[in-house]
Amino acid sequence: MSDDTRATIRQFICGRFPSVSISDTDDIFAIGVATSLFAMELVIFVENTFGFQVPNEELEMANFRSVEAIAALVARQSATVAGGTG
Amino acid sequence: MTPERSAFRAFVDETVAPRADEFERDERIPDDVYKAVGAHGWWGAVVPASAGGTGFDMRTLAALHEEIGRGCSSLRSLLTVHTMGAYALYRWGSAAAREQWLPDVVTGAARMAFCLTEPQAGSDATMVATTATPDGSDFVLDGVKRWITGGQVADLFLVFARTPRGPAAFLVDARNPGVSRSPISNVLGTRASMLAEVRLTGCRVPGTALVGAAGAGMLVATGALDLGRLSVAAGSCGIIDACLDATVAHTAGRVQGGGLLRDHQLVRAKVSDMLTDLYAARELVSRAARLKDAGDPETINATWVAKYHASTAAMRAATDAVQLHGALGCADGHPVNRYFRDAKVMEIIEGSTQIQQVTIAEHAYRRVPAANASGGAR
Repeated sequence: MSDDTRATIRQFICGRFPSVSISDTDDIFAIGVATSLFAMELVIFVENTFGFQVPNEELEMANFRSVEAIAALVARQSATVAGGTG
Repeated sequence: MTPERSAFRAFVDETVAPRADEFERDERIPDDVYKAVGAHGWWGAVVPASAGGTGFDMRTLAALHEEIGRGCSSLRSLLTVHTMGAYALYRWGSAAAREQWLPDVVTGAARMAFCLTEPQAGSDATMVATTATPDGSDFVLDGVKRWITGGQVADLFLVFARTPRGPAAFLVDARNPGVSRSPISNVLGTRASMLAEVRLTGCRVPGTALVGAAGAGMLVATGALDLGRLSVAAGSCGIIDACLDATVAHTAGRVQGGGLLRDHQLVRAKVSDMLTDLYAARELVSRAARLKDAGDPETINATWVAKYHASTAAMRAATDAVQLHGALGCADGHPVNRYFRDAKVMEIIEGSTQIQQVTIAEHAYRRVPAANASGGAR
């Protein structure tokens, strides 16, 4: 997964929580930055920014808990798309 | 006014509004109205045309729900839960479930209901007590759902239950032998919304009935409720519009104290508040809808704000409408009496006013460090 992807995700989260700085591995729900209601914002952000629909098997909170987890999801889906067209 | 809104308005003025008090007395929406809505494709308005729906954008969808809400909040409530269910089915349903149900759901031939609320749990999927126990490739559901809009007549339920992996959503055929339902009648408002208690007892469903994934129930519920909240906000605009129509018509012709009510400054103050609230609520709904169409995550909060303002403004408008109608407004069968009772329901469903205040304030506090966020001070 690329640094650009992580930076884009980090920028989004910090844009939504301007007073907070997080590391890429921080669990944003566990440390109290976000509530579970924020997860839907993350789904919308990921789908519209990276251009794929989160498949049902990936639709779980664990994939949205940190910058690292979201970047891994994006990487998996990018690989799926690339594999599908290649 | 857009051509679409003109069409919605004409339909409501002809088919819905003149009969809304009859629906209320009978506590049901008759089949011919269901079919008339279906003939326009509005049960499937949220589903893209590529999947057999009508494929309205969110602004058009909101206009539809506002106009239906202007005529009859019960019908709008039924449209709300059907739309939420249709969206979840289209968006997260299995291929088998979409193939089985979507063609009938978009036409309204299969009516959907949203089963989240329980005797001890509101609109929070993490708190449901209903269980879904895996059994081979099936799940067995047990529990009770209450205050289910359209529950008396639904053909397909979207049920939220706990699995070992967390909350999940399931499609349940109303003909399943594990399903029983009891009507709930004589409620305060939206009396024709055909509420029911739905009981699931050893209700076995196939794995393909799972909507999303086991553990994804919170996300499915949040996504569907966000859409429902937009619908209720739009429907609340419809109530304000109806209150305004009734109030200006009544006060323009009613003589009190030697003059028309319309010429009293205190009456004008209330009418001006109604009109201002209507415009403000519509703008907030329109903003939330535009953000949805644009795929902007801010739409989630914008929808909370729109629903909070529109539903509380509807209650204010309905209170003033009854006040300005005097005893007439208190009379059984008078439309403003119905608007008043329906408006109170809008302040409760799809997230109560108090839950909205908590959530909106939480959004505002994102601007400052959270007291318990370890990352906050870095």
